[in-house]
Amino acid sequence: MSLFILHLLTSIHALAASTIGHTLLMVVPVMVVFPALFAVTTLLERKGLGRIQNRYGPNRAGPWGLLQPMADGIKALTKEDVVPEAADRLVHFCAPVLMVLSAFLVYAVVPVSRTWVVAPLRAGVLFFFAAGSLMEIAVFMAGWSSRSQYSLLGAMRALAQMISYEIPLVLSAMVAVMAAGSLSMVEIVRRQAGYTGIWPHWFVLTPWGLFGFALFLIAATAESNRCPFDLPEGESEIIAGYYIEYSGFKFALFFLAEYLGMFAISALGITLFLGGWSAPFSFLAWVPTWIWFFAKLLALIAGFIWIRGTLPRLRMDQLMRFAWEFLLPMTLCNVFVAGAWKFLPAGVLRWLGCALVLLGAYWLLGRRLEQRGGLPQRNYRFAE
Amino acid sequence: MNFSFLLVAALTLAGALAAMALRNLVHCVLALVVGFVGLAAIYLQLGAQFVGLAQIFVYAGAVAILAAFVILLTQGVEHRTRPAAAMDWAVGALLACGVFAVLAWAVVRGVAHLPIAAPPSNAGVHAIGDAMLHRFVLPLEVAGLLLTVALIGAVLLAMRDGEAGA
Repeated sequence: MSLFILHLLTSIHALAASTIGHTLLMVVPVMVVFPALFAVTTLLERKGLGRIQNRYGPNRAGPWGLLQPMADGIKALTKEDVVPEAADRLVHFCAPVLMVLSAFLVYAVVPVSRTWVVAPLRAGVLFFFAAGSLMEIAVFMAGWSSRSQYSLLGAMRALAQMISYEIPLVLSAMVAVMAAGSLSMVEIVRRQAGYTGIWPHWFVLTPWGLFGFALFLIAATAESNRCPFDLPEGESEIIAGYYIEYSGFKFALFFLAEYLGMFAISALGITLFLGGWSAPFSFLAWVPTWIWFFAKLLALIAGFIWIRGTLPRLRMDQLMRFAWEFLLPMTLCNVFVAGAWKFLPAGVLRWLGCALVLLGAYWLLGRRLEQRGGLPQRNYRFAE
Repeated sequence: MNFSFLLVAALTLAGALAAMALRNLVHCVLALVVGFVGLAAIYLQLGAQFVGLAQIFVYAGAVAILAAFVILLTQGVEHRTRPAAAMDWAVGALLACGVFAVLAWAVVRGVAHLPIAAPPSNAGVHAIGDAMLHRFVLPLEVAGLLLTVALIGAVLLAMRDGEAGA
């Protein structure tokens, strides 16, 4: 047995020495771990939502419903693949493929641990957003090619939302890029990896980092179409939105891509603000770095599930007003403060001053949003 | 001129040709996306990471989506099939020749004047940011002003028939 393990280790070592082998050892775990995390998360989400809504959640397949993801997978694989008669067949087929492709592509630049990053690009953050923007094309393809009013409506909602929230998303990510002076995700994490006493140098511990992280999480929730921003697939309004006309495994691919997108954007938030793979305290630095990464990822996922179980869905005009009248000016203000932070002398005074400016902006913008009518009377042009 | 360049170039050309020749406007937009991504791949092959990725982010992401939005929001356009060659054939050929001549002239002259140097190793974000915010800051600001004016103009145009009024 030990001989076998030794043999395995030496062959892995030999594999890692070659270039292709090295790439394989980087890529294959990403292709295995994150989809596996997807399976676990669907179960956790349904269980968690069940607890929040005072019911059991899945509890039939296996002990405590643990085999539910497997049952779902088998069901998706054995279902009939229905394509609408009027659909544009080629585009209809390409949409889920492009969706999953772009969802996997973004993991290329995510530093999962100190040594595990598939492609340490110099413009890593830009690559992340560029690959993510292909997802919008896929959403459009899916919604348009199905030739269904529901799916087209869902796609239009999704696109309007993704474009509107992409701006605050990028601008809130910008502060971390400014502070690190680099677009490389590896470099951004390295900048946060030091300690003062036992405390880490995470960007989230600065005022602009804290606000930036909060704004980033809000925009990320909208960008990954999750509750309370799940208008594109609001179940009670337009059923499944842009992928309503997909069945069987194509539907599962959309589902997979959606969750992979959520993990990826959480991973970006972790990298930019939560110190990536670095340990939260200096005395915990002996724990393997990938454990910290996945611990932070699971914590953020738990947060997403909690929010989904707590908040009701927004309305379209509220969604747009929130993005353009609150998030955008707030992120711009945050960029300004992050710039000022770089030139002010370090100390407690700098921390308090910057925090005060941001809190003032938050108070003013929030008051404005309230004063101009939190819930204005809406004129429906088509629905009367 | 290696194999991957030929592959990417063929993809780009195929995308551009399809964007021009297809009859369904939405298909044209999707073909245009293929062309944009191919172009970005060529930039990336040349070592210009920032330009290549910005090409995907801005053109394949935002511009194509906006084009698709416009097509879908302009009622009736989606189902109208347009003629593949709208203009007079001869005029089109003349225009194409003219544009090609200007481009060829610029390329030939440019190559003659500039020595072909190896691209700087870090021809990336830092160099571009430096150039944009130091040497070319005025053109950048002018471009920003122009875009703002265009945006305000578009909003005014859209407001005219709205019941809300300015």
